[in-house]
Amino acid sequence: MGKVLMKGNEAIGEAAIRAGCLNYFAYPITPQSEVAEYLSRRMDEVGGVFLQGESEVAVGYMIFGAAGCGARVFTTSSSPGISLMSEALSYITCAQCPAVFVNIMRGGPGLGGILPSQGDYFQATKGGGHGDYRLFVMAPASVQEAVQMVMEAFPIAEKYRNPVMILGDGLIGQMMEPVEFPEDLVVEPTNKDEWATNGIGNRPGDTPNLVKSLFLDPVQLNSHNLLLKAKYDRMRQEEVRYEAYNTEGDYRALIVSYGTMSRVCRTAIDFLKEEGLEVAMIRPQTLFPFPEKAVRDAAGKAGCQVAVSIEMSMGQMVEDVERSIQGRCPVEWYGKCGGEVPTPEEIMDVIRGMLKK
Amino acid sequence: MGKTFKRPEALRDTPTHYCPGCTHGVIHRLVAEVIDELGIRDRTVGIAPVGCAVLAYNYFNVDFQEAAHGRAPAMATGIKRVRPDLMVFTYQGDGDLASIGMGEIIHAANRGEKFTTIFVNNAVYGMTGGQMAPTTMPDQRTTTSPFGRDVQAVGMPVKMAELLAALQTPGYITRQTVIKPKYINRAKKAIHKAFSYQMENRCFSFVEVVSTCPTNWGMTPLDAIEWTENTLLPYYQLGDCKTPEPREEAA
Repeated sequence: MGKVLMKGNEAIGEAAIRAGCLNYFAYPITPQSEVAEYLSRRMDEVGGVFLQGESEVAVGYMIFGAAGCGARVFTTSSSPGISLMSEALSYITCAQCPAVFVNIMRGGPGLGGILPSQGDYFQATKGGGHGDYRLFVMAPASVQEAVQMVMEAFPIAEKYRNPVMILGDGLIGQMMEPVEFPEDLVVEPTNKDEWATNGIGNRPGDTPNLVKSLFLDPVQLNSHNLLLKAKYDRMRQEEVRYEAYNTEGDYRALIVSYGTMSRVCRTAIDFLKEEGLEVAMIRPQTLFPFPEKAVRDAAGKAGCQVAVSIEMSMGQMVEDVERSIQGRCPVEWYGKCGGEVPTPEEIMDVIRGMLKK
Repeated sequence: MGKTFKRPEALRDTPTHYCPGCTHGVIHRLVAEVIDELGIRDRTVGIAPVGCAVLAYNYFNVDFQEAAHGRAPAMATGIKRVRPDLMVFTYQGDGDLASIGMGEIIHAANRGEKFTTIFVNNAVYGMTGGQMAPTTMPDQRTTTSPFGRDVQAVGMPVKMAELLAALQTPGYITRQTVIKPKYINRAKKAIHKAFSYQMENRCFSFVEVVSTCPTNWGMTPLDAIEWTENTLLPYYQLGDCKTPEPREEAA
């Protein structure tokens, strides 16, 4: 199977189909409308379900309904649309339904801009909706990685009965890169007879299933929250993913960066190496669960003078970086918003500047 | 001699929390009887609203999902699109359907989604304690319209059945009530028709049921029935607003 040059958005759509997800509900929003445009034709080819809903609010609940009756289902949107789906995400997580959401981030807040940003880190990792819930969040740094993460997202969502969010950005969505679709990432859907509303007659026994999030009894609701928390604790133990770059030898600074921003940082690190300045990077691939230990260990290495969270936001991931490092070294932030993507030269200047201090 | 009148299988043997004089009990029963008669209990999925019927899943004996306020038609769309073999119905009040959920119901009806909506219209927000609804009558006092609904300020009550019937997509749109036995018989036939259209995969079906809320209207159950007959029914007129076009005969 050879590589195909594909636009990120289209590759994401194709990846879902290759993962056995034949149900897609979505609403157009720049910079990810190509996913819907691609799937409106492709789902028809594979006999899947495609529906453009009337709003992201409605789409969030179409996903909930479909997930609740046991179907593999996903949607894509961008920042303002994800805000509209946030209530649904709170409900879906509480009701323990598996589903995959993709956020192709754009500039914010408000209507913002249509160019890439990383301003939805808090929303994704701390819960943009109400209540105590977390999403499993993965952040690809290439179109190929987006394909892999989308394909892995479905079995993860089913394993934990929790929504999974893929946090991409406008660059990943729009650019074209060579991609192949791994056969070994295809996982059969789990049996959902225990909880899904797939019709009493379609499973053993005569008991109705109930997909709900209302627990009026406070003792019950507390127990339910403890149950959800246990899942998140398990994710923290078992599912952390990250990439370590140039951490083998000694280095004077540690960059923590994800997604598109990490690619720029990688180039900056390579250029600085040529000048004799060693800088390392931890690139989180799961933003929740965050690679706390990897970041702390990397920042605590002898010789590391500073850790910098470099993100296309006004400083969101930096709080998790600080929390992880626990004072082992000073933590700084650098970022840009609005659709501006820092250049490698800019990053090099920033690192040099921080090391001078 | 055996029992000739019994609880439908689609209804659980449990007391409900509904108020004396509330029509939810009757409507639940009619829906459950229809589910039994059509033999669809083992593939029916109901969607509960946010409203007095939020606990409907404790009373019906079929698979149920619980929607956020107003979103049931979107959830029903999700279920029906991915599992067209399931019989899907939403059960919603007037705050849920005609206020926050207005967008979802209109679009589901306009797309012709093949599920059934039971719309309980009692001109007030019941569960939250009697606030004004889009369906509250002119000059009707509620906890958020203490001087009576001022149509100059907030407009006339919404006639949902007519609104949905105005859409170009075919559907079965009807308004019924259950305040007297003759109306109950007609309402049951309408609900039966609605679910039958879904079994044929024919169209969207919508049964508005003009209902009483004695507690929040501040009336006795009997006075509430009278108020419904004298004030609600002249405005919310009973009957079929739209039926789907007849099927083309095979050539």
